[in-house]
Amino acid sequence: MSAKKIQIRRGGGLGQLLIPLVALAILLLFNLIRDPGFYSIGVAVNNSGNRVLTGNVISIIDSASELAIIALGMTLVTAACGGQDISVGAVGTIAGSIFVKVLKAFPSINLGAVLAAMLACCLVAVLFNLFNGALVSVFRIQPMIATLILFSCGRSIAYWIVGSATPQIDSPIISAMGMTIPGIPIPTPIFGVILVGLLLALIFRFTTLRLYTESVGVNQGAARLNGINPVVIKLLSFVILGVCVAVAGVIGTCRMGQVSHKTLLIDIEMDAILAVAIGGNNLGGGRFRISGSILGAYIIQMLTTTLLAMRVDPVNIKAYKAVVIIIIVMAGSPVVKSRLTALWSRARLSRGVN
Amino acid sequence: MAAKKRASGPRRREPVTDSQLLMTITIGIFLAMYALAMIFMGGGFLRTQQFFDLLNDNAALIIISCSLTIVMIGGGINISVGGVIGLTVMACALFLNESGIASGGLCIFLTFLLALGIGLAFGVLQGFLISHLEIQPFIVTLAGMFLARGLTTILSVNPVKVAHEDFLSLVKVKASFPWLGYTAKNGNLIPAKLEIGAIVALAVVVLVYLMLRYARLGRHIYAIGGNQQSALMLGINVKRTRFMSYLISGLLSGLAGFVFLMHKPAGNASVAMRSEMDAIAASIIGGTLLTGGVGNVIGTFFGAMILATIQKIIALSPLNESWWQEMANGAMLGLFIMLQSVILGNRGKRKKADVQIVRRE
Repeated sequence: MSAKKIQIRRGGGLGQLLIPLVALAILLLFNLIRDPGFYSIGVAVNNSGNRVLTGNVISIIDSASELAIIALGMTLVTAACGGQDISVGAVGTIAGSIFVKVLKAFPSINLGAVLAAMLACCLVAVLFNLFNGALVSVFRIQPMIATLILFSCGRSIAYWIVGSATPQIDSPIISAMGMTIPGIPIPTPIFGVILVGLLLALIFRFTTLRLYTESVGVNQGAARLNGINPVVIKLLSFVILGVCVAVAGVIGTCRMGQVSHKTLLIDIEMDAILAVAIGGNNLGGGRFRISGSILGAYIIQMLTTTLLAMRVDPVNIKAYKAVVIIIIVMAGSPVVKSRLTALWSRARLSRGVN
Repeated sequence: MAAKKRASGPRRREPVTDSQLLMTITIGIFLAMYALAMIFMGGGFLRTQQFFDLLNDNAALIIISCSLTIVMIGGGINISVGGVIGLTVMACALFLNESGIASGGLCIFLTFLLALGIGLAFGVLQGFLISHLEIQPFIVTLAGMFLARGLTTILSVNPVKVAHEDFLSLVKVKASFPWLGYTAKNGNLIPAKLEIGAIVALAVVVLVYLMLRYARLGRHIYAIGGNQQSALMLGINVKRTRFMSYLISGLLSGLAGFVFLMHKPAGNASVAMRSEMDAIAASIIGGTLLTGGVGNVIGTFFGAMILATIQKIIALSPLNESWWQEMANGAMLGLFIMLQSVILGNRGKRKKADVQIVRRE
């Protein structure tokens, strides 16, 4: 029995990524069989006269950008606090509103104005997330409950900031940020994901943040006794999520060219938590894999695009998505895993005897 | 915990538990809020009908809040309740319109069974995945919500209005209380009226209260929420208890769907959208902790009534806009969460201080 357990644990490194990878492979294969042309990439000229890459693959990677960025931060919060932030959509909308509000204050939209607006919205998003983080770390409220406050009133705050339903912003810089930069055929949001991902990877590489976060998540008391301040680590995870959310909010706003408090980043909190779970991370906190969450985000988007390509009505997608999600999390369930492992070793044993 | 008790020795019993204290605060705030509304808004709030309308309009919310309280006491969460209401309302509306069963009574009875059946199916499925396959409840019920919302739009994207004569006449049936009524300007006595749904909701609150307090299952739910490991050691069947808590929760969501249909006889893709979050908020305001083991359904009832009162006050005030509503809800929720945290934190400190004093002695 104990030998078996050790065996399972040793495989844990790849085991976490195994199920999302298999799920992705099955989705890829399914699409290849259904429509061999699904993966074709073409070059087209868009409205503003730029040559851009088109195709399902590009569109999947492009439209999953906001989700992937938020899933990155969500993984950290999940690992440190053992709970999830459900206010990311609302805070992202607030960030988008601040972005638009600051841009409107400038006489003309130039690079400096955009940078100032981005700085302002990052600051505001971090402040709102510090509020969440303080409730979680100082007042010791479960993350889901603490963030329920902003979840229920954040979009109203966004509306109150801009003062109208859908203020528009129109500028070549904005469309370059939301769609493509002239001369580069790859959509800009993809670079956003790469940038945020690289930044986080560098932080993990050169600081002890990852180790500290995991130890706070695994056992907060033990971490404190070892000289780690859990309050600071939890606050830090919320600050990083705040920056991620601000970036996602800006990308979403630029993509639409407007900020709508009703539709911007709608339901993204659920998808982000799902991405973290599909990536094999424990929602109860502790050890985590950022790559798993990113994979999860692209699986969710892949699923949506596949269903759309199969001409499923967009409003009905949720039902099919639910079925696939249940299958994926069932495959990752500890009970199913141990049953399968037992079955596998028994089969091997009987083969050895024969 | 055990060490603490040993150190403090024989101590006098605590006068009130945390849960009771939080519940008392909730009831106090509700009464204060209602009294202030009576003084400053006058008019409707002085009539019993206004209070009954709060019950009539929020019967479904009260029922799902109870269902959420059960699950949360057991240490879980169920965010599919709003979706199940939406699906139930849509399915029942379609069934009433298109079943073609001649007997009106039989048709309504079958619709009622359909509503409970949908709720039960979701409860069983989610309960199995959570208790026996040990998948995180948040993810399972999130998938349940997606499934329910998706199935609703698969049934019909367009709103469906119930055209069934007998059902519509059933909707109009109200319990009337003449002695609680008021006299209109023209001298007619207008009795206070309570809908069937509101009576069902009150019955659910009482039944769930009795179940949690006296039934074996209820005590077991508290036990697994408080500490799963010790519950297991006491010989409680944790899996079965958890399964049953989700089953009851699903069943109540189905019932809430039927009650919703009795209040507003029309199916729509956006019925009860985000109501799961209102139900969670009601439970929390009522003193239920998401960590499990602490909670009381009477508090939940008053939590739901607080949300309903805020809604009514804002609807009647000049600030009648949805975003004011949401902000007030958020502020109220924030206030209660902080209050809970501070009270529970202080109590924890006091207990520690007690222990220290005893040790010094």
